[in-house]
Amino acid sequence: MPDHGNGKCVEVAEKVLMKGNEAIAEAAINAGCLYYFGYPITPQTEISEYMAKRMPKVGGLCLQAESEISAINMTMGAAASGTRAMTSSSSPGISLKSEGISYIAGCDLPCLIVNVQRGGPGLGGIQPSQSDYYQATRGVGHGDLRLIVLAPSSVQEMASLTAEAFDLADTYRMPAMLLADGALGQMMEPVDFSLFEKRDVPEKEWAANGHGGKRKKNIINSLFIDPQELENSVVARYERYKKVEENEVKYEEFMTDDADIVLVAFGITARVAKSAITAVRESGIKAGLLRPITLWPFPKGAIGAIADRAKIFLTVEMNMGQMIDDVRLAVGGKCPVDGYTRTGGIIPSVDEVEDKIRRIAASL
Amino acid sequence: MTTKNRAPAVTVICGHYGAGKTNVAVNFAIDARGTGLPVYLADADIVNPYFRAADAAEMLCGYGVEPLIPLFANSNVDIPALPPMLTSLLEGNGNEIIFIDVGGDDGSVVLGRYAEAIRRRGYEMFFVINRYRPLTARPEDAAECAREIESASGLKVTGIVNNSSLGEETTADDILGSIGYAEATARIMGVPLIGHTYIPDITGQFSGDPRFGGLTLIPMRRATKALF
Repeated sequence: MPDHGNGKCVEVAEKVLMKGNEAIAEAAINAGCLYYFGYPITPQTEISEYMAKRMPKVGGLCLQAESEISAINMTMGAAASGTRAMTSSSSPGISLKSEGISYIAGCDLPCLIVNVQRGGPGLGGIQPSQSDYYQATRGVGHGDLRLIVLAPSSVQEMASLTAEAFDLADTYRMPAMLLADGALGQMMEPVDFSLFEKRDVPEKEWAANGHGGKRKKNIINSLFIDPQELENSVVARYERYKKVEENEVKYEEFMTDDADIVLVAFGITARVAKSAITAVRESGIKAGLLRPITLWPFPKGAIGAIADRAKIFLTVEMNMGQMIDDVRLAVGGKCPVDGYTRTGGIIPSVDEVEDKIRRIAASL
Repeated sequence: MTTKNRAPAVTVICGHYGAGKTNVAVNFAIDARGTGLPVYLADADIVNPYFRAADAAEMLCGYGVEPLIPLFANSNVDIPALPPMLTSLLEGNGNEIIFIDVGGDDGSVVLGRYAEAIRRRGYEMFFVINRYRPLTARPEDAAECAREIESASGLKVTGIVNNSSLGEETTADDILGSIGYAEATARIMGVPLIGHTYIPDITGQFSGDPRFGGLTLIPMRRATKALF
């Protein structure tokens, strides 16, 4: 197990029992994150609390900023130095960070932004939600930009995808978002930190970390006076986005081989969907699940391939139906796409989803 | 079960975040019904928005334990509210047994306002530990957490409950692997080790397993909600 400087190694036992929020924080520290900037908001505040206890022990910094806006801009500054940096918040706080996220994308800076979603819009509520799907995958800030968006479905994945997000961000020199929800943030499951795979990431030759007169200075900037220069920079960025789409799509398939009814669900609702599928399989209904792990890039190829043999798709989401748009685009009209949604902070029950699958099966 | 014999007027269940305080509090309160006295369980958790004693209200009522729940528990109202009836109970002189489930770590600061009444009524304060929680995985770290709770609450820990678990994946070996840790924590704190909990649903029964010979085992019911 890794030990960081004079900080004690946290993995005293092989496996530990952690809250999802704690797992994110510990995984970030394990991944070499040395700067955390946050501002409290339920249901993600344990990330800040955990960082406050652990960061000083590994020679890092945990700072509670005066606002979410400050926290994201501090993250931008820290990322510009080439050091791994992150911020976290929950839905309304991410809206506040959106200007900073756009600047980070415009500056081509790698960092991690964690959104432990709660109900919205507005102040919404503190119960779990997935209603920031559009925001994360479409409109997290102004301008032509993408974030790599990872959607964990267990506390183990809260940890492993945090590590993966840092590697992806560094590899493609762009911000990554971990899109979790309040239930994943608060629930407790065992985590094994020895299961992580680490990538070789490129040297950060662009970092503004002091040159001592030995090289040309690095300038990190998102302002381009000349429209042609701005277009060139955006086009170059989209070339990298294309590589992300080609190489980094992640998803899990569960009983899809012979499935007539293919559920698509991410995060916590994928857990509900799996239980419902297992239940209906006992009565001979051929249902399966495709769980997107990357929401951007979205697994459109895999869904398109399944659409050649499935009879119908069913998305299960804790919002009014947002990911369903991406599923429809991926299915390309080859078969119908239905949706089951709960919102307001309500997690769909296994019974509800099971009932929906049974009704679809009866209509086939 | 230890709590049946002890049954002081007030039993405070405290511990690190996620040590399993709510599960212990709910189970001990249900067991205390064996005394025949009225039993109350107060949810005084001001830090945890989701998983808390309020979730077990129905189960508690089923066993004849009266849950005292903050008005806004498990709603979208994000404020640290306490159940109003707790004050009247603590300040009275009834024959009831009161369990208080407090929030993790400095969540125990809420006890400060009740400390005088709790001391007057006579109390036990059980510190719940879990060897598999990383920030309290060493006995000295667990003891430090307990001292912080004592300092915030103005009350003294009087016993250790070993609730070491890996959730649904807990095995007999995991519990055995926590015995030395629990004993060391109790030794550092200078307080008795009340026992080692397990949920037979998950781990199976240990009766007849010689490796558990001589240990005080506390079988527990599941009290937290399953989402899927």
